[in-house]
Amino acid sequence: MAGERDVTKPLVLACGALVAELRAVLTQHGLADAVEVRYLPANLHNRPEQIVPVLEVELAAAGRDAADGSDADEHADHAPAGDDRTVLIGYADCGTGGMLDRWLSKLQLTMPNVVRLPGAHCYEFFSGAELFAAMHDEAPGTFYLTDFLARHFDALVWKGLGLDRHPQLRDAYFANYTRVMLISQSTDQAVIEAGRSAAAHLGLAFEHRHVGRDGLGDAVNVTLTRKVA
Amino acid sequence: MSDDDYDEIDLASLSDDELTKQMHDDLYDGLAEEIIEGTTILLDRGWGPEKVLAEALVEGMRIVGIDFRDGILFVPEVLLSANAMKGGMAILRPLLAETGAEPIGKVVIGTVKGDIHDIGKNLVAMMLEGAGFEVFDIGINSDVDKYLAALEEHQPDILGLSALLTTTMPYMKVVIDTLAAKGLREKYIVLVGGAPLNEEFSAAIGADAYCRDAAVAAEMAKSMILARRNLRRAEPPGPSVAS
Repeated sequence: MAGERDVTKPLVLACGALVAELRAVLTQHGLADAVEVRYLPANLHNRPEQIVPVLEVELAAAGRDAADGSDADEHADHAPAGDDRTVLIGYADCGTGGMLDRWLSKLQLTMPNVVRLPGAHCYEFFSGAELFAAMHDEAPGTFYLTDFLARHFDALVWKGLGLDRHPQLRDAYFANYTRVMLISQSTDQAVIEAGRSAAAHLGLAFEHRHVGRDGLGDAVNVTLTRKVA
Repeated sequence: MSDDDYDEIDLASLSDDELTKQMHDDLYDGLAEEIIEGTTILLDRGWGPEKVLAEALVEGMRIVGIDFRDGILFVPEVLLSANAMKGGMAILRPLLAETGAEPIGKVVIGTVKGDIHDIGKNLVAMMLEGAGFEVFDIGINSDVDKYLAALEEHQPDILGLSALLTTTMPYMKVVIDTLAAKGLREKYIVLVGGAPLNEEFSAAIGADAYCRDAAVAAEMAKSMILARRNLRRAEPPGPSVAS
C-alpha cells in the first residue's frame, strides 16, 4: 500500500532478472528493510530499447505513490520521492547503447542521487570489470549466462530469440559464438546443469566460473549505505 | 495469412503487379521457396535481373526494414526475411554478373575488433548488393590491419564499420584515426552502424554518416557516392578538394 511507504527510503528500480541476487545482497548488508525495491520485467533483457521508457514510467509511479503516501498518513511531514531521494537503477547499460546513461544524465540535473549499476552488462558487474574483459579477450564469441538466465534459458533465450518457432535460426544467431560461459552466483548444481543444457541446445562448448554476488553487493552497498547511514 | 491461404495462391497465375506485391508479402513472411518461385516466374516473363531485384526483393526488404524499425517485426522475422531474399539473390547474382553492368560503387564492410556480431552487418551487405554495389565483406572481429589490407586490395568507395557492443564501438575511431594518420581518410566514405550507435557518436569519431538500419545504409551509400562524384565533376582542374 502506498500509504505504508517510507518515502525517505532509497529506491531501487531493478531488472527482474536480479530479484534473487538483490534480495540476497540487501539482506547480507542489512538493507532489506531500509530500501524500497521495485522490479521491472526480466524480459526487457530482450528488448533493451524499452528499458528506459519502462524505467521512466516506474520512476514516475514511485514518485506518485510516495506523494500519495506522504499526504495520507503519518509520513505527511516527510519529503515525497523526488529531488534528493537516492535511487539506484538496477541495470548496467544492458544493450541500451548509452540510452540509459543519456537519460540518467538528464535526470541527474533534478535528481542528483540517481545512479545505475556499473558496466556494460550484468555479466560485467557480477564478474568484475577485469575478469569480464579477460573472458571477452579470451573468446569474443562468448555467450554469458547468469544463474537467472540459466534457469530461465528456455523462456528468455530460446523462446526470446524465436528459436522455439524457428530453430533453423540457431546458427544465424550463434554461428560466431564458441562457448557458453556460466558466471554463477550460487553453487546450486541445478544451475550448472541448466547452463550445460543451454550450451548443448546452442551447440556450444560449456564453461563455468563461480563469481558469486560480491560484484553486485559492493555496487549496491556503496550506493545505498551513503543514504541509509 | 494462414498456410491454407498460401496453398490457394498460384504465383504463376498472378499479373506482374500482383506477383510483385505477393513477393513483398512472402518476403515479409520469410517464405524462401515462394521467393525463389516468384523470382523464376518474373525472369521467365522477361524481366531483367536488375528489375526483379529492385522491384520485388529490395522493395520487399525495405518494407521489412520499416516494420523492424517501428517495432512491428523483430529479429527472428527479419532473419527469416533475409533468408528468403538470399534465395532470390542466389538466382539473380549470376545473371546480374552476366549483364556486365558496372556496380554503383564498391564497399568494404566488416564488424570491428572484439565483436563477433554480424546479423546487422550481413543485412546491410545484402541491401547494398541489392542496391547495385559490389560488396567485400571482411567478416567479424576485424582489426585495423584487416581493414587496411581490404581497402588496399579492393580500392572501394565506401568503408562500412559495424559494432553491436558498447565496449567495441570505440574501435571504430581507431580505424578512422588510422586512416587519417595515413592520409587515407578522405579517400573513402566511412559509414558506421550498429545498435548502440547514434548520429552523435558517428560525428564524434569522424565518420561520414550513421546508418540506423540496412535500408538507410543502402540509400545513404547511394546518395553519398553520387554527391561525391558530382562534387568531383564540378571541381575545377587542379588538386582534388577531396584529397
